[in-house]
Amino acid sequence: MKVTRALPLAGIAAVGAAAAHAETITVATVNNNDMVIMQSLTDAFEQAHPGIELDWVVLEENVLRQRLTTDIATGGGQFDVMTIGTYEVPIWAERDWLAPLDDLPEAYQVDDLLQSVRDGLSENGTLHALPFYGESSMMYYRQDLFDEAGIEVPEQPTWEQVRDWAMQLHRPGEETYGICLRGKPGWGENMAFVSTLVNTFGGRWFDMDWQPQIDSPAWQEAIAFYVDLLGNYGPPGASSNGFNENLALFSRGNCAMWVDATSAAGKLYDPDESEVADKLGFAPAPVAETPKGSHWLWSWALAIPASSDAKEAAREFITWATSQEYVELVGEREGWTSVPPGTRVSTYENPNYQEAAPFADFVLSAIQGADPTDSTLEPNPYVGVQFVGIPEFQSVGTQVGQMIASALSGQRPVDQALQAAQRATQRTMERAGYLD
Amino acid sequence: MTTARTKSLPSADAGPLAQRTPVLNALRSRKLWLAVLGWSIAGVIFFPIFWMVLTGFKTEAAAIAEPSLIFSPTLDSYAAVQGRADYFKFAMNSVVVAFGSTLAALLIAIPSAYSMAFLPTKRTKGTLLWMLSTKMLPPVGVLVPIYLLFRDVGLLDTRTGLTIVYTLMNLPIVVWMLYTFFKDLPKDILEAGRMDGASTFQEVLFLLLPLTLPGIASTGLLSVILSWNEAFWSLNLTSSQAAPLTAYIASFSSPEGLFWAKLSAASTMAIAPILVFGWLTQKQMVRGLTFGAVK
Repeated sequence: MKVTRALPLAGIAAVGAAAAHAETITVATVNNNDMVIMQSLTDAFEQAHPGIELDWVVLEENVLRQRLTTDIATGGGQFDVMTIGTYEVPIWAERDWLAPLDDLPEAYQVDDLLQSVRDGLSENGTLHALPFYGESSMMYYRQDLFDEAGIEVPEQPTWEQVRDWAMQLHRPGEETYGICLRGKPGWGENMAFVSTLVNTFGGRWFDMDWQPQIDSPAWQEAIAFYVDLLGNYGPPGASSNGFNENLALFSRGNCAMWVDATSAAGKLYDPDESEVADKLGFAPAPVAETPKGSHWLWSWALAIPASSDAKEAAREFITWATSQEYVELVGEREGWTSVPPGTRVSTYENPNYQEAAPFADFVLSAIQGADPTDSTLEPNPYVGVQFVGIPEFQSVGTQVGQMIASALSGQRPVDQALQAAQRATQRTMERAGYLD
Repeated sequence: MTTARTKSLPSADAGPLAQRTPVLNALRSRKLWLAVLGWSIAGVIFFPIFWMVLTGFKTEAAAIAEPSLIFSPTLDSYAAVQGRADYFKFAMNSVVVAFGSTLAALLIAIPSAYSMAFLPTKRTKGTLLWMLSTKMLPPVGVLVPIYLLFRDVGLLDTRTGLTIVYTLMNLPIVVWMLYTFFKDLPKDILEAGRMDGASTFQEVLFLLLPLTLPGIASTGLLSVILSWNEAFWSLNLTSSQAAPLTAYIASFSSPEGLFWAKLSAASTMAIAPILVFGWLTQKQMVRGLTFGAVK
């Protein structure tokens, strides 16, 4: 008992002494590799900014999202810096939950930020979060298998071609599957991919009157295609594979093709983590009817909640962690494939990065080519490529995702799944007041 | 222990006899089957923990590869986990909060269970049921009010705040368990004490508590374990200062990249203290749980 009583007191005393003349800011973030690197550079930041100390709260993405939402909606003020995505920023900014980030210092070079990423993090033209890393989606394939089969990948592959190739290269006996795609239900899991597929098949989530379009022919066609492709030429149990599972499958050499986040490129090219590092090919995300919305746009960004009582110090930190200087620091310490991608033009102009990352230009043009304000063939009322920028989308997207996963696993036919998804979405939208 | 005895005794003493008498033979095979069943159930329950411990010693690549018992063990995950977060800070929070809340719950629950068991009114049953019914409310339903309350009184991210919540969370169960233990105690013993001039306080301290100690101990142990494992409130009410081991584990799961080995290492470290604690106290626990069952 004595020990338990004495130790915390000693701890408090030690913290108290150190914190006497330093301001502590609490940074909430997710456990992604880029954020782990940021955390490991705490000392570098604290040395350069002696008045500020960093306290980290690292949580799993969904837990973090719920935790941050509770805190920010109640004005709890527990965090000074929050890691959030392009989905949350406009919604939270509109409610005045985030401190606006105007008057950024000259040295920050705000014009160096990629325009599409910057737009995604702005509300009425004012930045409300600074991009930590950004990503789009693209197609990865096994160059060796394609060469063997004599397949030439054109500059812009189509989904029809992808299906033919998947058919040709699918050898389940050798544990090589034609294609790996996301199947695990969730608005940020299978629906991120499925939304881009629906977009390129000419579909959209809602029409201009917020009427759900999930039972439209474009959705039918896209989902039937998806279920056929992944169900017949994908790995077994595909409906429980998310980003991580597919990354593991592809890097072990079990997939001939994979369409997913551009941020996987760094890991796939790292020979320590991937067995296919030297036989990797890549191409833009395939298209069908239209190139619009065929690849997504996402960025993890650092924002300051309006309830923070250390806004100045928090600003110091986020301008440091998203700066060009930080990118260079990571490049020197961790290697250039580990730098946070997809935020700054200067990263892509850096010869060190270009040399280490042969996919750099490619990713840059994918990110630049994604337009969240114009992502579907027919007009839509929302912002977002692979999501709909309204608070209700988390529940709508996850619900629809579950129904599509049930179609993929063969529990029910595609048209029934889509009808059920349409009804559920209709109900949510009516209840939320979008529909009369 | 028991299984060893059931297996060895009949075979040693009644071996030749059993061959001749079918009744004994049947009895013996029944015992054997029971032992096999018991061990199988224990194995199934224990397997995930065993696998977690094993995975903690694998590399990330081996952790997601084909499940295999043969691999070259490494401490990399433990090193990575300790390099990222200070385990002892989280562990200390867990210890303080779990034991603090258990102590507080016992202090409140002993007098209330005493009055309900020995001085019942016609509303006692109803009160007990009402207390238990609070456990049926999903905690997320009261998250926002409690969050606002804690924000206003400055209890967010404090060990005091978390201890209060855990005390309240476990109180119904603690009162119920103590109530059943106390009720099994013959009233005459307390009455005899009263005849000898003991005050209520002395009666509780010198008669009730020593006589029901196994029950109180197992109630306390259960409360410690429940608090130790609680994740919802600890994740939602703490951030950096008061975060216990549940928050520590949560920080190693990731939507991008491989994390199973690190997560397993973190989980193994998180359950190790309570596992050792449970092991040391299992005698009291079993005694308490069967207390009053055989009279």
